[in-house]
Amino acid sequence: MAKKLPKVDVVTIGVGWTGGIIAAELAKQGLKVVGLERGASRSTKDFLMVHDEYRYAIRYELMQDTSKETITFRNAPNERALPMRQLGSFLIGEGLGGAGVHWNGQNFRFLPYDFQIRTMTEKKYGKNKIGADYLIQDWGITYDQLEPYFDRFEKTIGVSGEPSPLGGQRSNAYPTPPMKETVITKRFKEASKKLGLHPYHMPSANLSKAYKNPDGEQINACQYCGFCERFGCEYGAKTSPNVTVIPTAEKTGNYELRTHSNVTRILYDGKKATGVRYVDVLTGEEFEQPADMIALTSYVMNNAKLLLTSKIGKPYDPNSGTGVIGKNYCYQILPGSVGFFEKEQFNTFMGAGALGATVDDFNGDNFDHSDVDFIHGGSVSITQTGLRPIQNNPVPPDTPTWGKEFKAKSIHYYNRFLNIGAQGASMPFRRNYMDLDPTYKDAYGEPLLRLTYDFTEQDKNLFKFVGEKSSEIMKEMGADTVVTIKSAEKYNIVPYQTTHNTGGVIMGADPNTSAVNNYLQMWDAENVFVVGASAFPHNSGYNPTGTVGALAYRAAEGMMKYSKQGGSLV
Amino acid sequence: MTDKDQKVTMTRRRFIRNSSLVAGGAAIGGGLIGALIGTNLDNDGKVKTSHETGHNQQENSEASTRALIYFTDREDFQVLSAATERIFPEDENGPGAIGLGVPYYIDHQLAGNYGNSTREYMQGPFFPGTETQGYQSPLKRNQVFNEGIRMLKETSQKNYNKKFDELDGEQQDEILSQFEQGKVPLRGTDSNVFFSLLRSAVLEGAYSDPVYGGNANMEGWKMKNFPGHQASYLSQIEAKEFKKIKPQSLHVFHK
Ligand SMILES: Cc1cc2nc3c(=O)[nH]c(=O)nc-3n(C[C@H](O)[C@H](O)[C@H](O)COP(=O)(O)OP(=O)(O)OC[C@H]3O[C@@H](n4cnc5c(N)ncnc54)[C@H](O)[C@@H]3O)c2cc1C
Ligand code: SF4
Repeated sequence: MAKKLPKVDVVTIGVGWTGGIIAAELAKQGLKVVGLERGASRSTKDFLMVHDEYRYAIRYELMQDTSKETITFRNAPNERALPMRQLGSFLIGEGLGGAGVHWNGQNFRFLPYDFQIRTMTEKKYGKNKIGADYLIQDWGITYDQLEPYFDRFEKTIGVSGEPSPLGGQRSNAYPTPPMKETVITKRFKEASKKLGLHPYHMPSANLSKAYKNPDGEQINACQYCGFCERFGCEYGAKTSPNVTVIPTAEKTGNYELRTHSNVTRILYDGKKATGVRYVDVLTGEEFEQPADMIALTSYVMNNAKLLLTSKIGKPYDPNSGTGVIGKNYCYQILPGSVGFFEKEQFNTFMGAGALGATVDDFNGDNFDHSDVDFIHGGSVSITQTGLRPIQNNPVPPDTPTWGKEFKAKSIHYYNRFLNIGAQGASMPFRRNYMDLDPTYKDAYGEPLLRLTYDFTEQDKNLFKFVGEKSSEIMKEMGADTVVTIKSAEKYNIVPYQTTHNTGGVIMGADPNTSAVNNYLQMWDAENVFVVGASAFPHNSGYNPTGTVGALAYRAAEGMMKYSKQGGSLV
Repeated sequence: MTDKDQKVTMTRRRFIRNSSLVAGGAAIGGGLIGALIGTNLDNDGKVKTSHETGHNQQENSEASTRALIYFTDREDFQVLSAATERIFPEDENGPGAIGLGVPYYIDHQLAGNYGNSTREYMQGPFFPGTETQGYQSPLKRNQVFNEGIRMLKETSQKNYNKKFDELDGEQQDEILSQFEQGKVPLRGTDSNVFFSLLRSAVLEGAYSDPVYGGNANMEGWKMKNFPGHQASYLSQIEAKEFKKIKPQSLHVFHK
């Protein structure tokens, strides 16, 4: 029997960016918040030994322990899904601060086009631009409505940047100036300008200078140490929940953090949630924590999984197209090009997770799609994130992958290659979805989440187009050999691609086609708010967290309203 | 001249070059192992004192980690060593896998979390799966290595009637290629799975922090001009020219 604890106002399931923001905002306004986090506590002082590529970037010390919980995967509904037995394609967060501890800090806002994608696409290109199996839909909120929340998140994390010439309107400048210009970012900008494009410095949560956020939290200046993506920051210079919203929540005295607490159920009476059940993973003891409101902030996968195991909302059925939980899972398409330079060596071992330059000329609807066989596009960037030697063994095509020639070339080119990468938007497709696996279980006896996903025609067409554009820039930058990356035939769960998973608990204006409203409040359980990229009806051509953060502030406002007035907020 | 002879000559030449180039004679790291496993490389190694090789106190304690904590049969370790050297051979850039201590690195990894697959989902049922579904064997990584090495030995005996580590380089490559292409039947897994684990482990051992037992004297990093752990590049990030920086390992925190 689970031990029943005294009721609180709010429980957050998971404590990353989303759980941290909800906790800070509600605790500041006097609500009693409990944060349940399955992983351990951690903070800046744990990162003194962090410049260890093997431990953190290869063995994934800061990420999900797949011996306890993973997902199963298949490319198509007629295949048998099998467990992702080790991390690969994406790196799910675990532990205090979630993936916000080891993210890069590239912080973008989605485009105005994204939020009204169906309306705007149909208006400009007609109803048949994209096939009926592509389930694109408007988000139930516009860019202009979301703008103040983007602004709020950027102020919390102190983003260093300059506006994209082709981005949405901004009410304020970025809180801190852009990061430093390097040989590499400069070269990219000059080349893209020559091609008539509009480069700008990548908006970064590795701060260009020390900054105090509106909650009074101090974020330090980035040292360009080159151990950033997949690592925690030993300077407290990469903005994480751990140096901002979590301490903000703690200072109120209204926040109680419980680590090593794995939630297995949201308790649901058919109309509302009454609390959660969780396991103390160190002792095995079970607890029931009653609460007036639940913030489900456990990342895309577990947001969907916990709703499915708790039987809240109607599961999506790809055959009938009905139901919503698990629907519109999207990922990202990663075209790009590699340039090999014979005569130059670059300081690519230096860098920061979000040091880079970007063009948006091929993103969203910033270019005419009348003559192309896809919609949307992607941001195209060069980044200087710090190339480390285990992961980077660049060789030109047709080089063997081991032996004498491989060794010589991978050493020769290690400092002589650059990479332009695009983040291509991913459109929802009928057969790409999440549900519960019928066979495999996690360490607590709960079913694993099952992912059914493959690339679509739209993806491949987008990939080809944007990939060629990136190679044009690389050529203009003066590379001796330019290799345009080819799209994989099938999505593969093994090689790392990106941790930009989206969808499954999507937002919208219609309860028949969405799971949450524009406050991320569930249509089927008014006191459950499901916060994260799980709410995205499709994925855009940028990193997600800028938009996730904005939606989290929006959800916090909704929860505050709900605590006063109850009922559906829209 | 056989491949093996070439290696020996190369190593001697490299040794001379290194000791003349580097003040204090920051060393080769290959000697001790060469003597131990006998396949390779540098007979000088046996007679060098720590003073001559430039090994200071800390490096001596590093040398004392050069013993086996996973492998039990030395022959297995010799086969592994020979295979790693073919994947990452000694050349004019610098030491190969053996010189860098990679075989010891792998031995140590196989004894711990990596080898025991402690962070992997190891629950059944097990099915072969498609290529895009990834690793699906019930074997832990150290068991994959056991099987792989067992079959390296068997294949070598079958094809050449010799021990794997006694074959010449091309013959070793021939066998390794068969593994790479998944052509050698293994129990519970596929030979390409073993090969790709081995290849990754070699690169990991060559380039991880020396604290793990490979990348001896940071020679792996030096080949790539990678400075290892540096506290800050703030004052250099805008530099126009390429920066050659003396590498540092995590060890600097413990001085
Ligand atoms: C290597 C890497 C680089 C990235 N770089 C960028 C970038 O540059 N820009 C960008 O925009 N985004 C980036 N991202 C993505 C970014 O990290 C995520 O979008 C963001 O952190 C998500 O926040 P979240 O709160 O939704 O989820 P998370 O940070 O994943 O937090 C969820 C938390 O919930 C906990 N949890 C899960 N299940 C349970 C349960 N059952 N019970 C209790 N707790 C649970 C988890 O342990 C975790 O701590 C990157 C991600 C990775 C992995
Ligand atoms: S690059 Fe900057 S932000 Fe990233 S870990 Fe290093 S100091 Fe921190």
